[in-house]
Amino acid sequence: MNPVTALAWQPPKFYTDAVNTVLGSAWAVVLLSIAGLVLMLRFYRIWTRPKIAGAIGGAAVLLLAISYFDPAFRAIAGRPDNIPIVMMVLSVAFFVWLAFRQAALNDERLEQGLPPREAEAKEAEKTFVWPDLVYIELIALILFSVFLVVWSIALKAPLEQPANPAKTPNPSKAPWYFLGLQEMLVYFDPWIAGVLMPTMIITGLMMIPYIDRNPRGSGYYTFRERKFAVSLYMFGFLIAWVVLIFLGTFLRGPNWNFFGPYEPWDIHKLEPLTNINLSEIIYLRIFGRGMPAHWFPREIFGILLVLGYLFVLPVLLARFVPLFRSLYERLGNARYGLLMLHLLVLGSLVIKMLARWTLNLKYVVAIPEYFFNI
Amino acid sequence: MADEVKRGAEGGGEDPGRRRGLFAWLRSTQIWTSVFRHGPPDTPRNRTLAVMSNVFLHLHPPKIRRSGIRMKYTWCMGGLSFFLFLVETVTGVLLMFYYRPTAEFAYADIVSLREDVPLGIMRELHRWGAHAMVITVWLHMMRVFLTGSYKPPREFNWNVGVMLLVLTLLLSFTGYLLPWDQLAMWAVTVGTNMARATPFVGHEGPGAGLLKLGDINLVHSGSDVRFALLGGRAVGPAALLKFYVWHCVAFPLAAATLMAVHFWRVRKDGGISGPL
Repeated sequence: MNPVTALAWQPPKFYTDAVNTVLGSAWAVVLLSIAGLVLMLRFYRIWTRPKIAGAIGGAAVLLLAISYFDPAFRAIAGRPDNIPIVMMVLSVAFFVWLAFRQAALNDERLEQGLPPREAEAKEAEKTFVWPDLVYIELIALILFSVFLVVWSIALKAPLEQPANPAKTPNPSKAPWYFLGLQEMLVYFDPWIAGVLMPTMIITGLMMIPYIDRNPRGSGYYTFRERKFAVSLYMFGFLIAWVVLIFLGTFLRGPNWNFFGPYEPWDIHKLEPLTNINLSEIIYLRIFGRGMPAHWFPREIFGILLVLGYLFVLPVLLARFVPLFRSLYERLGNARYGLLMLHLLVLGSLVIKMLARWTLNLKYVVAIPEYFFNI
Repeated sequence: MADEVKRGAEGGGEDPGRRRGLFAWLRSTQIWTSVFRHGPPDTPRNRTLAVMSNVFLHLHPPKIRRSGIRMKYTWCMGGLSFFLFLVETVTGVLLMFYYRPTAEFAYADIVSLREDVPLGIMRELHRWGAHAMVITVWLHMMRVFLTGSYKPPREFNWNVGVMLLVLTLLLSFTGYLLPWDQLAMWAVTVGTNMARATPFVGHEGPGAGLLKLGDINLVHSGSDVRFALLGGRAVGPAALLKFYVWHCVAFPLAAATLMAVHFWRVRKDGGISGPL
């Protein structure tokens, strides 16, 4: 008998049903994650305490272990290529804790007028690379080699049937680290999700040192002294990257339909496709008349909305919202403009998600004549 | 031998940290002294020389801030990323001995790696190492961000790091195709399909229809950027060979070059970051 099917115990049905219901849709997963991030940043001094963080971490690992007893969960999360994602999520969680713990301790010191721990005389003093650093490097190298060899012996690299262009698997998935981008395809056309977003992730990362003019927080962990920068980065990395990868890997099944963590991937699951464009909402529902034949009058409202969002909103924010006004005053035109462009494109992902979930909105601007859909 | 021990013991009188016996004799041989031009690294001078006179170790300064070597500060993630790059290079070269990048042989060669090579874990080491490298690079980046280590004077090196992040993902992505199984072919198909939608240069991208010469479309499925990437309209033998060359030659060379710049700039910008 296959040892995998021999696992008799399964997590209780009321529990798996409850989780499938709570995490029963993409919007629940994304909104709960965002709520979690907000709580995490708001209460970072509390949950990072070793006892509390240890309890949370222990509970998470226990939950993960229990989950592997569920056949539907195991079928997905037990795939050899998905094991690294489990490791990624766990290690990201651990290192987020490690960073925020040190930030919390440093921030307490800073409040008392003390320098951060990294600036103490003991820490600032110079020590010999040989042996203090080379031995650490050697030990890290050996331990990580052992880890890698054990991993390689325990888990065979996956190999499926030979490549066959005539047989498309369902679902077809990109490599796991691109699944966040593939998940964005639900909300955006490929030219945005597959081209514009990756480009702007790269340009956005590259301009960080030139946009962030805050001289504090250089060379030590802190949250207090750079709340905006750290919050933005954590939103981008944890929500728009890690959570979307998790969603795309574990919760998207055949036909890219959403499945709960313990829900078997049923290829026949049907989700109604009732998405409509903004132009249809405006002309059919609000004006109660037919669609114009030409794309320009048809899409003009959407185009104005997008242009206003990207280019007028930053100006209004800089004028009327104190946070953005102080940003603008500190950064100047070019830096503020570039920051807002990237910030708003990142924000458009959330807005497009919300519009999809509440209004079934497909495109704000839909000009299929020119493959130009937003 | 006994003489050597005695000599070592006598020497120890002058220099208490000095090792005695066989090792001391070894250190006194002409071969040893021709390789290592300094005494045992137990004096400040020799510890400095141990780092400075070694082409690999001299990436490091002789002395370093204590906060900069704390595991809880650096998480060792940059070093592990580099280590994994070396693992990928070594296991990758070994895999090249067994693998032919043609549609005819590629899959069979991977099967034979699994079936015929005794105790073979090279492909496992290579694949899991690659996944691990993607993770360590992300974590390294998060650490650098959260310690504000991209701030002046390190702005440029952050950018070199972003390029290395992109190269890491490209290396992993091009390698994903090489087993030539369903997983590989369709993952790369999904990934490269995005290129179809590149504005102006992808045949389903916004604006591509505007590029016309009279009635003739300049950008079509046989001339767009995706065609250039794959060497065809679909992921086929041409794409396999292209990805192989990108994966084994072009991207590793680019990554190695940028890593040299990255490490050198770490030194030039003042070493591992610390409070100013």
